[in-house]
Formats: sequence, C-alpha cells, structure tokens
Amino acid sequence: MGVDFIYPEFEVIRNESRCIACRVCERQCSNEVHAWSERRGVMMSDESRCVNCQRCVSLCPTRALKIVRSDCRLRENANWTDATIKEVYKQAGSGGVLLSSMGNPNPLPVYWDRILINASQVTNPPIDPLREPMETRVSLGKRPQRIERDDEGGIICDLQPQIELSMPVMFSAMSYGSISYNAHASLARAATELGIMYNTGEGGLHEDFYAYGPHTIVQVASGRFGVHEDFLNAGAAIEIKMGQGAKPGIGGHLPGAKIVGDISRTRMIPEGSDAISPAPHHDIYSIEDLRQLVFSLKEATSYRKPVIVKVAAVHNIAAIASGIARSGADIIAIDGFRGGTGAAPTRIRDNVGIPIELALASVDQRLRDEGIRNDVSIVCGGSIRSASDVVKAIALGADACYVATAALLALGCHLCRTCHTGKCNWGIATQRPDLVKRLNPEIGSERLVNLMNAWRHEIKELIGGMGINSIEALKGNRLMLRGVGLTEKELSILGINHAGE
Amino acid sequence: MERIHADGLDHKALNDAIKATGDDCIVEGCCGQRFIAAGMAGKRIVIEGVPGNALGSYLNGASITVMGNAQDAVGDTMNDGSIVVHGTIGDAAGYAMRGGSIFVKGDAGYRAGIHMKAYRDKVPVMVIGGRAGSFLGEYQAGGVIVVLNLGDPEGKAVGFFPCTGMHGGKMILRSSCEGISFPPQVTTRIADGQDLAEIQPVIKEFCTLFGYDAKEVLAATFTVVTPDSSNPYRQMYVAN
Repeated sequence: MGVDFIYPEFEVIRNESRCIACRVCERQCSNEVHAWSERRGVMMSDESRCVNCQRCVSLCPTRALKIVRSDCRLRENANWTDATIKEVYKQAGSGGVLLSSMGNPNPLPVYWDRILINASQVTNPPIDPLREPMETRVSLGKRPQRIERDDEGGIICDLQPQIELSMPVMFSAMSYGSISYNAHASLARAATELGIMYNTGEGGLHEDFYAYGPHTIVQVASGRFGVHEDFLNAGAAIEIKMGQGAKPGIGGHLPGAKIVGDISRTRMIPEGSDAISPAPHHDIYSIEDLRQLVFSLKEATSYRKPVIVKVAAVHNIAAIASGIARSGADIIAIDGFRGGTGAAPTRIRDNVGIPIELALASVDQRLRDEGIRNDVSIVCGGSIRSASDVVKAIALGADACYVATAALLALGCHLCRTCHTGKCNWGIATQRPDLVKRLNPEIGSERLVNLMNAWRHEIKELIGGMGINSIEALKGNRLMLRGVGLTEKELSILGINHAGE
Repeated sequence: MERIHADGLDHKALNDAIKATGDDCIVEGCCGQRFIAAGMAGKRIVIEGVPGNALGSYLNGASITVMGNAQDAVGDTMNDGSIVVHGTIGDAAGYAMRGGSIFVKGDAGYRAGIHMKAYRDKVPVMVIGGRAGSFLGEYQAGGVIVVLNLGDPEGKAVGFFPCTGMHGGKMILRSSCEGISFPPQVTTRIADGQDLAEIQPVIKEFCTLFGYDAKEVLAATFTVVTPDSSNPYRQMYVAN
C-alpha cells in the first residue's frame, strides 16, 4: 500500500445478468482471483491477482466474463512509460532483479514481416501440392565436401551421423521442470508421430520418455543436470547449450521449490536444492575447449549421434558460428532475441541479443564465404511463428527451424507471461498436480500434430507457388525474397533485394 | 592383463582398442590422447604415460589408474567408478561429477570439483593429496571434496575464491585455513571428532593407494566448509 501500491493491470468484468454462479471461474483460477461471497450471494473478484491468462474467460459456460486492461494509468509520458515507472516502484520496494517470462514483448522490428516471398507467373509455372509430389524432408548434419568412390567406382555412402526430419521444424528445448510432465508427454508423442524432434532442455530425460528417444534431442548445458551415459545414448542427437536467445550471457536458476519428486529424479539432484546452471561452461573458454566437449560427447556415444551447439544470436554471431563450425559440431542452432523462456531477468530479455533474421543471414553468408557451410547444418529459432516464417528462414539459409512458443500456444498457452510463478492455469508451466492434469497429453499431442500438419501443407503451397518442389531447393535461395520498407544496410545484411527490384 | 601400445593411436583408435579388450587392460606409452574411457563401465584400466584432457568423462563405473600425471577435465560429469592419479592433475577436474571417486596423489589445478553434485545414494568424493588451485568447489551442490595439503604444510591448501556459489555438499581441508578467504554464504569450522570419523574411510583409502600413514595424516587440523543454504538465490528476484 501507499508508496508501493500499483493499481491492478487488469479488470475482471463480470456480466451479472449472465453469471449463474456456477463457480467454475473460482475452481479454475490458481491465482485465486474469483471467490463466492456467501453474504452477498454473488461472485467477487480480486483483480490484483489476475494475470490475464484467460482461463476463466475460456471456461465460463455463459460467457459472463471478460478481462480488460485497466485504464487507471499514470499520467502519460512517452519517456517514462507506465511500465517503466512501475518497474522502478517494484525494485525500490524489493531490491530484486526484475524477472519476466516468455519472449521480448517490446515493439522492436520483426524482419519476417518486412520480407515478402516470390511466386511464379507465366514463365515458370507454380506447382500444385495437391497433385504433385513435394518433398519437405530434410536431414541435418555434416555434408561430405566431395564424392568418394571405392575401387570399383561405386560411391562410398558413409555419412557422418544425421538426424532425419519429415519437415524442417523441431520443438526447441524446454526442460522438464520449466514445463510439466504432460507438456513434455505431448511434445514427445507429437514429435514421434510427426517424424520430427523435441528437445529435453537442461532437465534430464524422464524415464517414461526414453521410449521416444529416436525423436528426442538431449541437451547438455553448464549445470549438466541429468547427464549420464544412458541419457546421452537415448536421444537422436546431443545439443550443447551455450546460450539462449531470451537470456544471452546468463545462466539459469530453477528454484529449489520447483525441484520436487520426479523433477529431482530426472535432474538427478536432491529435492529442494536450487538447480543452478552457471552462465559459462566453466571448462569452455575457447573454440578448442568447445571442441573438447563436442568430442568427449562423440566418444561417449561412439560417434553415432550428431552434436548440436546452440548459441544465442549476438553481435559477432557470424564469427562465433564460424568457430563452432570448426569445432567438430554437426549442427549450429542460433536462437534470436525474441525467443521465449520460463523465466529471465527482464533487462536481459528485453535488451540483449539481436534479431534471428539478421543473425541467420549473416551466419549463412559467412560460412559460405569461408567454404565451410556444408560442414554444419543451421537451425534457427527465436520466434518462428508460422509456416511463412519457416519458408523465409529456409530461403535465408536455415536447414530447419526450432519452434517453442507456437508449440505452447497449441497446447493452450495464452501468453500471459507469468510462467515464473509456477501457477500456470493451462497446465503447462507448472508442477502442481491439480494444474498439470488440466493438460491432456492425448489432446495436446493431437493439437501439435494438427498445427504441424497445417504448417507442412502451407509450406508446400508457398514453395509450390515459387515453382519449387523440395525444401532442399529453397535453402539459401534468397532470390525468392524481397524486403519492404528496409534500409540499404538491412537489405545488405539480409542479402536480399528490395521489393520492386 | 592385455597391454595396449598407445604409440601412434589417436583418441578414437585408442578408445576402440580399450573397448575391444576384456575387463582389464594396461595402456602403455600414453601421450596426451584425450577422452580415454569416456562413458565406460565395468573395466579396469591402468595408464602408463600421460593421458590427455577429459580422461574418464561421463565415466559410468569403470576404474582408471594413472601411473603419472593427468591433464585437464579429469572425470568430467562422471557418474560412477574411480579414477586414481599417482601424480598431479590439471584444471576443472570432476566438473559436475555425480558419483564415484577421484584420488589424486599430488596437486590439482584451478576449478577442481566445481558443480559437483550428489544424488540419493550417489555421493562423489574427490581427494587431493597436495594443494588445490583457485576456484575450488565453485557452485558445489553435493559430494565431498578433501584437500590434504601434504608435502608443504606451510603453504596454502587452496588458492583464491574457493566455494563461490556453493549450495550443497562438504569441503574438508587439512589446514586451519588462516589467510584463505571464503564467501559469506558458507560456514567454516574446525573439524571435530565426528567429522574426522566420517572422513576416516576416505583418508584410509587414500593412504593405502599412495603409501601414507593414515594416523599421521589425520593428526592435523582440518577445516570443514558447508553452505548455509541450498537456495542461495531465493531473495534475488521480483516478479515483473
């Protein structure tokens, strides 16, 4: 109260003439916004607890509820915005580092929306995916520089280990702990049905999910949680996490309160103990050190698994990627500054890193210039929102995309950006059993499969429209892209012409 | 016991040769080959010469004896088994090890035992006979790190900044630790009879391996370091 008082951000509007006092909203809200007043015989709400996750709105049987932004605002000021001032209040009251969830919500440029895709007219006919075969399969890993032949002249087909995907999309890393068992189960089942991959994140692999190993990427990060021989050999590939788009340059702390039961077992640490992933890997200070971790993982898995190195998109990303390509890694994953997260310091999330579009284009170009593009595959993530983003990313030079936020939306996430509270009403970013069970993995996986099948068809339509019938033929094909409303510099980094050129 | 001549073998060829032997083998003439025994279980390997970095990484139950020195990243993310080094070791030994034991006769470099963990019945143990470099046991989350400081009792048992971010496990230094500064979130105290009884089996094993008299080793001042909290960052954040 007093100096620390912040007027609630949202208002709960209840249409009394529609409300039948069934109390569904009360039962559904883990934030305890709604309550039944015996004395007054009406539903009451404490909007100060509301995070606008829309759970009550979605489940109200009579559509009696809506959540709106409160218009009780501080005096308008373009420099000292309402949010900025309130952040100062919060820090002055607590002395704490501001903590936020999900991706950067600020109005920074989204280059995907300034890039337009080509289509064939007259001279080079479009291809109709409904009647022509279209290839959306991709494989990720090192490509040989030349064809080797045996004494008989036959081609030697020994390739470095690869991962095969039915379409150029994978579910990116989200640990068991940051998301629920049912969310992981949904992702694992969907990845298997779709013929793509999901990623354990740095939280180990729950024993129930070893069955989905051929469609699992297992992650090794600085805390090495849950990393042991069986884990490394369980997946189709191993990802070394050096950085994450939402919080480049810092590590992660999963609070001890969330290290309970299965989470503790899967991370292989005691219950109640903080899981601290330090910002650096304390044994990696150079590309040579990274090479050592890459090869120790390859040795431990008998060179059967491709190794991915995941980094955040930062200023010198092209030079960094060139180093990674020389470290023995098979795949580089680059995560843009708009990528989501279960919790990140607000200042880091909103101010550190660069857009994935620019990072991807400059990395692809640099690796081509240096003649090492075929030594690695490139996976890009950090806010890939749709099939058209995927097509644009492939044309800019990616081999495949990582998606996480879109996958969570398919599972029911309403992007209220309060994952860090652990009270997710949609059963995703929570470990509370009563909330977790709200997410049915059968339905969750079906929705993920629907989403990806829809994207796959859209990808076919988009590339068919360009007269292209395989993803491989689109890769790095920047002539298929044009920029709109971009500066010369932006166009030159993206390696594309302006619309009309 | 089979003998493998490491001369001219790269790390992959050497590991393949080790995998192809029975339960026991001796590697002769080892000269810097990395990743020896990565992820291996159920073997006894004796190494003559100097193994390269990441010896016994992800080790899963095998036992390794090195007759000389070892280099960096010994026992990285080790899960089970034992590594005995009859010499000194380089930096970052036992990074994130979760189980098993590392015994070193001589000194350890920087960052030994950082991120060491423990889990259920798994309590990793690292015993360093000589001294340890700076950053010993950073982010230690479990297990036991023992530094015996044998050889030069006047010298400091450990370098600068030990135990930064420590939030679990225990460190035992054979020293009164005067002049060594620890971070505020850990507690140091002189070991009592119960502490010494607890580490006695480990010290005895060390002495049997390297030919010391356990009574003499134990007849000294030991300091015990433990963290104050397993949640050092709890108060750091405010929801936004």
